[in-house]
Amino acid sequence: MLDADSISKPMFVPPSEATTLPLFDRVHEWIVTVDHKKLGLMYLGYGILFLVIGGLEATVMRIQLAIPHNHFVSPQAFNELFTMHGTTMVFLVGMPLLFGFANYMVPLMIGARDMAFPRLNAWSFWMSALGGIILYFSFIGGNGLYGAGGAPDVGWFAYAPLTARAFSPGHSTDYWAIGLLVSGFGSIGTALNIVTTVLCMRCPGMTLGRMPLFVWLNMVMSAMVLIVISPLTAAQIMLLIDRYLGGHFFDTQAGGSAVIWMHFFWIFGHPEVYVLIIPGFAIASEIIPVFSRKPIFGYAIMVAATLSIGFLSLGVWAHHMFTIGMTSYSNAFFTATTMAVGVPTGIKIFNWLGTMWGGKIRFSIPMMFCVAFLFQFLIAGLTGIMLSAAPFDWQLGNSYFVVAHFHYVLIGGLVFTIFAALYYWFPKISGRMYNETLGKWHFWLFLIGFHLTFDFMHIPGVLGMPRRIYTYEAGRGWEIWNLIISVGVIFQIAGVLCWVVNFLWSYFKGKPAGDDPWDAWTLEWSTSSPPPDYNFAMIPVVRSRRPLWDLKHPEDPDWKYE
Amino acid sequence: MAATTITVPPNEMPLGHELRGRVGMWCLIAAESAIFCIFVVAYLYYAGKSLNGPRPREVLEVPIRISIALFSSSFTIVRAERAIEHGNSKLFATWWFATIFLGAFFVVGTAREWYKLIYDHGLTISSSLFGTTFYSLVGLHLFHVLVGLTGLTIVLVFALFGLVRQEHAERIGVFALYWHFVDAVWVVVLTVVYFIAR
Amino acid sequence: MKLNLTTGFWLVGLQTVLVTGAVKASTAASPADPAVPSIFSPSSTPAYSIYHLSLFVLAVTGFIFVVVFSLLAYAVIKFRLRAEDDGREPAQIYGSNQVELAWTVIPVLIVVVLFLAAARVIHAIEDAKFPPGTTEITAIGHQFWWEYQYPGQGFVTANELHVPVSDREHPTPTHITLLSADTNHSFWVPQLAGKTDLIPNRVNSMWIDPHETGVFVGQCAQYCGTQHAKMLLRVIVESREDFDKWLANEKQPAATLDSVRQGRHIFETTACVNCHTVAGTNAKGKFGPDLTHLMSRETIASGATANTQENLRLWIKDPDAIKPGSLMPAMQMSDQEIDAVTGYLLTLH
Repeated sequence: MLDADSISKPMFVPPSEATTLPLFDRVHEWIVTVDHKKLGLMYLGYGILFLVIGGLEATVMRIQLAIPHNHFVSPQAFNELFTMHGTTMVFLVGMPLLFGFANYMVPLMIGARDMAFPRLNAWSFWMSALGGIILYFSFIGGNGLYGAGGAPDVGWFAYAPLTARAFSPGHSTDYWAIGLLVSGFGSIGTALNIVTTVLCMRCPGMTLGRMPLFVWLNMVMSAMVLIVISPLTAAQIMLLIDRYLGGHFFDTQAGGSAVIWMHFFWIFGHPEVYVLIIPGFAIASEIIPVFSRKPIFGYAIMVAATLSIGFLSLGVWAHHMFTIGMTSYSNAFFTATTMAVGVPTGIKIFNWLGTMWGGKIRFSIPMMFCVAFLFQFLIAGLTGIMLSAAPFDWQLGNSYFVVAHFHYVLIGGLVFTIFAALYYWFPKISGRMYNETLGKWHFWLFLIGFHLTFDFMHIPGVLGMPRRIYTYEAGRGWEIWNLIISVGVIFQIAGVLCWVVNFLWSYFKGKPAGDDPWDAWTLEWSTSSPPPDYNFAMIPVVRSRRPLWDLKHPEDPDWKYE
Repeated sequence: MAATTITVPPNEMPLGHELRGRVGMWCLIAAESAIFCIFVVAYLYYAGKSLNGPRPREVLEVPIRISIALFSSSFTIVRAERAIEHGNSKLFATWWFATIFLGAFFVVGTAREWYKLIYDHGLTISSSLFGTTFYSLVGLHLFHVLVGLTGLTIVLVFALFGLVRQEHAERIGVFALYWHFVDAVWVVVLTVVYFIAR
Repeated sequence: MKLNLTTGFWLVGLQTVLVTGAVKASTAASPADPAVPSIFSPSSTPAYSIYHLSLFVLAVTGFIFVVVFSLLAYAVIKFRLRAEDDGREPAQIYGSNQVELAWTVIPVLIVVVLFLAAARVIHAIEDAKFPPGTTEITAIGHQFWWEYQYPGQGFVTANELHVPVSDREHPTPTHITLLSADTNHSFWVPQLAGKTDLIPNRVNSMWIDPHETGVFVGQCAQYCGTQHAKMLLRVIVESREDFDKWLANEKQPAATLDSVRQGRHIFETTACVNCHTVAGTNAKGKFGPDLTHLMSRETIASGATANTQENLRLWIKDPDAIKPGSLMPAMQMSDQEIDAVTGYLLTLH
C-alpha cells in the first residue's frame, strides 16, 4: 500500500556525516558489496574516471592536429591515442556509466529491493573493471614498435589483417582483445541481471505497460547487449586463435578474409551504438516530462519505437562497409535499412516535443542538458541520414564528416543526457543539492566548446580530410578548421572542471535536498535521499505509470486515463 | 493523507521472483547462442575455401556413438529432474551420475577423434581454413560440455553428501536448462559440420 | 550578458550563420583547384553524380532541420514557466493517435524518396558499363605507397597516377582494379570519385571519368598502419597527347647515362635492388616503388615530400626524418655513396 504514511523514512543523515567506521572497514564494505546502489556508484565512478582519461587522450590528439605537420607527438603515439580514445569511450565510459545508472535506478523504479542476482552484479562490475585495467596495462606491458609504449594502435575497430602478428608484432593487440573480452563478460552479466530484474522483480501492480520508460528502455538495451556483445567476443576469440594458435580466420595469405572481420565487428558495432544511445533516450524520457510538468507524450509509441530500433538496428551493420566494394544490391539494401531505422529514432524527437508542448517548462540544469540534447540529436540524426545514402558515404565515409557525426550523437546526444542524469539524480544519490551557478557555467562552457569543436568538424571532412591521420598537408584548406576544432576543447575542459568542482563541493556542503526536490512521479522519489540500504520498508503497490502523481493528485489520478 | 487500499487484480500481477533463475539462464543461452552463431557462420563461409590440407569429406566420419550419448544425457537429466521434484534423492543421484557418464563418454570420444585427425591426417588448427574453423567450432562446444560436466560433478558431490533435496528442484531445473542448451548446440554443430558442409 | 535562454538562442543563431558561411567559403574554391579536394568541386562523372545526390539529400534534410528546429525552439520559448505562473499543473495529455500516425507516415515517405534517389546513383556508378577505349589500370596498395600497373601498356609505376582526360560526349573513362599487398587501404580523390577500399585477397573496382585536366589530390582513407597519414594520392589528368607522350616515356627502359656510372653500380650492388625495380637493369625488386622513371614524379615517398635532390638524399640516408615508420630502411651508406646514388636516381627521367 503506497501512501505518505506507510513509507517509513529514516532520518536524513548525509552520507558525509554518517557515523564513521575506520577507513579500512569502509573500503572493505565497498569492495565486497553486492548492493545495487553501491555497485551503481562504482560503475559511475569508474566511467567518470575513464571519461577524464579518454578526454585527455583526445586533448593530446587535438593539440597535435591544431596545425599541419605538427610534432607534438610521434605518429606511433598518435595512433595509440586514437585507438585508446575510441576503445575507452565506448567500453570504459559509455557502458559503465549507463550500467551504473541502470543499476542504481532500475530496482528503485520498479519497487524492488535489489537486482535479481546481487552477487552476479558484483562479479560483473569487477570483471568490467578488470577489463579496463588489462587494456590500460598495455601502455606499460605492450612491447610496441619504436619503444613508444605498447598500447594498441590498430584503431578501435581493429581491422584485420592489420591485427595479425605479421603487421602488429608485440602484445598491444592482445591487450585490446583480452581486455575487451573480459569486460564483455561483465557487460553480459549485467545485461542478464537487468533483463531478469525487470521481468521478475517488479512490485505488485506494475505491469509491463506501467513501467517507467527508463526501465523499458534499459531492458531493451540489455536484451540487445546479450546478443550483440557476443559477436565481438567471438571475433576476438578468433583473432587470438589467429595470433597464437596459427589460425587463419582473418589470414588473407591463407585464403582468409579481411571482410569477414568487418562483418563480425560491425554486427556488434552498429547495434552497440544503439545500445549506447537508448539509455540516453531513457534518461531524456524521465527528465523531460518532469520538467515540462506533463506525462510523456505517446508512451506506447515510445516503447514500440524502441523495440523497432532494437530490432532494425541488427540489420544495418554494413553501412560501415559501403566502401569495401559490395554489390549495388547490397549497398542499396543497407541504405534502405539504415534509413528505415532513422524513422523510429526520429519519431522519438517528436514525442519529446509533444511532451513539452503545452507544458510549463522549468529550465533547471537537467532540463537544459536535455533541451540541448534534443537539438543536437536532431542534427546528428540528419547527418546520419545523409551518410546512409551509400554514394554520399563513398565520399564522406572514413572522413572527418563521420567523426563529426558520431561525436555529435555520442557527445551531443549521449554525454549531454548523462550530464542531465547526473544532475537530476545527484540529490537522490547524495541527499544534497548541487550548486546552480556552477551548473550553469558547466552547461554553457561545455555547449560552446562542443559546438566549436563538432559543428566545424564537418567541414574538413567535406574538404577531403580522412580520419586517423596524425598530421595533414598544409594548403588543402583544412588548417583553419582544425585550429577552431582544437580551441573548442579548451571550453569543454573548462565546463567539465566546473562540474567536477560542483559535485565534489556539493557532496560535502550542498543544502539537504529532501526526498523529492523535483516534484517527480516515479518510485525512486518516494524513498529518502539517499535511499536506505533496503530501498523500501514495504514493497509498494502501484496502479499507474506515475504512482507519485496518483498520490499527489488523488482527485485526478493517472489510472483513470491510462 | 488518507491511505488508499489498492488491491491488485491477478492480471496485473507481474511475473514473480521465483522465475528469476530460468529467465536468467535463458538470457545466458541467448548470449551463448549468438557466439555459436558467429562461429557457425565462419565455418560455413570458409567451407570449401581452404587452400590445402585434408578435405572434410576425406577425414570426417559422422560421430554417431558420441552423439547418441550426448542426446541420451538430456533424457537422463530429465529423469533426474523428475526424481528430485518428487524428493527422491537417491534416484536423482543415479540419473545424475548417468548424465555425467554419458557426457564424459562424449568428451572421450571427441578426444579420440581429434587424436586421429591430428596424428593420422595432419589436420590441426593451423593447417588450413578447415582446420581452424573445425577445431574452433567443435572446440567451443566441447568447452561448454566440459564446463557443464564440472558443474554436474560438483552437484553430484553435493548429492552424495545428501545436500540436494526436493526444495532444490527449481535450481536443478535451471542447471538442466544449460545442459539441454549444450545438447541443442550439438544438434546444430553436428548438422553443419558433418552433414551440410562435408 | 546573462546566461539564459535568449542568450542561448543568439549563440545558436550566430553559430548557424558562422558554420553556413564557413561551408560556403570553404567550398568556393575554384572548380579545379588542386589544393582543396572538396567533394563539392567535382570534376568527374561519379563525383558529379554524388554531388547532385548530396545537394538533393542536403535539401531534404535541411528542410526537415528547419521545420523541427523551429518547432523545438517555439516549444521551448512558448511553453516555458513564467514568473507569474499560478502553480497549477498543465493539462496532462497522454498522446494523440492522429498526430502520432502523421508523424510516422511522413518520415516514412521522405525515407522512401531518399532511398530511391540514392539507389539510382548506386546503380549508375557501380553497374556502369565501360566503352571500348577505357584505360585499364591496376592499383595495388602497399604500406605506405601506391603501385600502378598499366597492363595494356606493359609497365609499372608508383604513387602518381596519370590518366587521360575524358570528354562528356565521347567518354574515355579510366577503370581501376584495386588490390592490396598487405593491409586495408582506400583510394580517395574526392574530386574524381567516392572512395573504394583496397583489401587483401579481394578484387575491387572503381572508375573515374575526369572532365578537366589538372592535378587532383587525395590520400589513403583506411587506416593501414603507422604512416597511413602520409600515403598521399596525386592524380594527373592530361590531354590525350600529353598522356600518350607520358605512356611512351614510361614504356622505355631506364636511362643509362655514363656520367652516373658509379652511382648506378652502387645501386645495383646494394640492397636497393631487393625492393626496387629499374626496368632494363638487374634491379627487379617488387617490395618498393618502381623507380624506372622516378624523375617524372613531382613528389617522393607517396607525396610525403617534394622530389628534389635534397629530399631524395635525405630519404635514402634517413627515411624516418621524412616519414617515420615507413618501411624504407636507412641505407647505412657513406655520404659519398649516397651522393652518387642520388646523382644516379636524378637521371631516371
